[in-house]
Amino acid sequence: MGWRLIRTYTILVYLFMFLPIAVVVLLSFNANQFGSFPMTGVSTRWFEALWENEAIMRAFRTSILLGLMTAAISTVLGVLASLALVRYAIPGRNLITTLLIAPILVPEVVLAVALLLFLNFLNIGKSFTLLLAGHVIFTLPFVILVVQARLVSIRRDVEEAALSLGASPRQTFFAITLPLLMPAVAAGGLFAFTISFDDITGTLFWKPGGIETVPTQIFSMLRNSISPEINALGTVIIVLTVGLPLIGAAVARKLATKSGA
Amino acid sequence: MSAVSLTQIVKRFGNFTAVYPMSLEISEGSFVTLLGPSGCGKTTTLRMIAGLLDPTEGEIAIKGKRVNDVPIHKRNLGLVFQNYALFPHKTVAENVAFGLNYRNTAKADVTRKVAEALDLVQLPDLGARYPKELSGGQQQRIALARAIVIEPDVLLLDEPLSALDANLREDMRVELKRIQQRIGVTTVFVTHDQTEALAMSDQIIVMSKGRVEQVGAPEDVYNSPATEFVAQFLGASNLLTAQCTDVSGGEMALELPGFPKIVIPRERAADGLGPGPVRLVIRAEKLHLKPLDAADDGRLSVEAIVENVDYQGQSARYFLRVGAHQLQAINMIEDHPFATGAKVSLRFRARDCAALPVESKP
Repeated sequence: MGWRLIRTYTILVYLFMFLPIAVVVLLSFNANQFGSFPMTGVSTRWFEALWENEAIMRAFRTSILLGLMTAAISTVLGVLASLALVRYAIPGRNLITTLLIAPILVPEVVLAVALLLFLNFLNIGKSFTLLLAGHVIFTLPFVILVVQARLVSIRRDVEEAALSLGASPRQTFFAITLPLLMPAVAAGGLFAFTISFDDITGTLFWKPGGIETVPTQIFSMLRNSISPEINALGTVIIVLTVGLPLIGAAVARKLATKSGA
Repeated sequence: MSAVSLTQIVKRFGNFTAVYPMSLEISEGSFVTLLGPSGCGKTTTLRMIAGLLDPTEGEIAIKGKRVNDVPIHKRNLGLVFQNYALFPHKTVAENVAFGLNYRNTAKADVTRKVAEALDLVQLPDLGARYPKELSGGQQQRIALARAIVIEPDVLLLDEPLSALDANLREDMRVELKRIQQRIGVTTVFVTHDQTEALAMSDQIIVMSKGRVEQVGAPEDVYNSPATEFVAQFLGASNLLTAQCTDVSGGEMALELPGFPKIVIPRERAADGLGPGPVRLVIRAEKLHLKPLDAADDGRLSVEAIVENVDYQGQSARYFLRVGAHQLQAINMIEDHPFATGAKVSLRFRARDCAALPVESKP
């Protein structure tokens, strides 16, 4: 009796959480022009409308570009920082780690305002570069956490063996450490991309006028009207931000089994 | 010219001294073992030779060339680790070929040398496998193949057998020695296992607390320990405080309460020992238990009581009491081991005893 209650309750909680998402996906295929039930037929017209909506497509391209650049920069910086923190006895290691991880702990609004005020203070205006920098600061901790965890598990003597066989420290990094680190690098990059892709709080503060990302575009569209296009866009974003990490995790697992670690 | 020469090297970590001034000459083609308990500085010494640690003081030369400022990847060394340290993302053949790729070896030569090295370690068919598909013993053979394929000036082995099962360890020990003799590479072997050290080495360096206790051939180190530490670390020894009453004519007379007078040859005593208290060392397997009524066989004899027996199959370890002294003896069992409480005649030869100075306890 008790278990049945718990099971029912659990199912209800999940329904409460996921039904709205399911509804969005379902309604994005609705033929009716009002984004509501009852559905009058199945159609992909809203996806087509989305494809033809210049503003949304521009926002989409911006988001993809921003996400890719954020991922690339965060991954490179994250790997370098992790190497320094794990492999070298640098003074103040704990302090630096805390500082690098801090952006996760600080509320995003605070971080967003702080960066904006700081740049105002320096008399630097808003720009795409600033937006990118903000996203990097915000995604870097995730990369560092993932990469550090993996780096700790890579035995030092494997690298020492490579050195003893004649590979320079740099050659050792590219031939041994980086390939063994790859699953974490891929996962970190993917994290960075998805976090950047659906970030709205920071982006609202940092984006210069005239540039919209997908989340800010949806936000401004919602202020005017609720178009079924938004449902379609929501579906695309769900596929991107849920599907990509799942695929990424599967690839990472495959890489990890192949390398035997 | 020595293959490896250490001149007064010291290693300090902050206030802690891991290796006190140490000098060592390792001759070309020899198998030298650094033996000692954990924390004795043996691995630190090996890592300094390898170039993984910089000595705080002193000089390291390989083949007559000072290498203090030569980084590890330019020292041409073969390094084998306790945990194999194979590259998990590379096949066995790629692992073995790794060092050759940094030596401008032609492709055909790489293939041939890898095959030769795999033959040498008797695993010719495993080239396409990944390390995780191999057993521990196989992985360690591959690690060895990877280290020797580059024809290193010195082969450095850091407890390479410690991670293996007991049976496999003995096989690998024989195998390792065979390969070393076949290719004649100068080898420095680090271990805490005295059996490995005694079985494999041309020369053993016994270390304790960062200092060298004794350097010598396995037999010398085993039979004539230079210090109490060596006597106790290698095999089971009895250490008793005796009085030296007389030194004359190449002999030394020792008195021990409850024992007959023991006269040992002068060369069995440490240099500079004279009348006064000394430490008498006798190995557990040099003490023989006989029935009380056994005929005199020319050996010294003393009556002892068996306090405890540790049955080990083909042999037994006896814990004995002679007056106020407690002794250990390890004897082969002929029919039955002596029982606890039995009174026995303990026989030994004076020349199996050694005398060491009394060490002031730090």
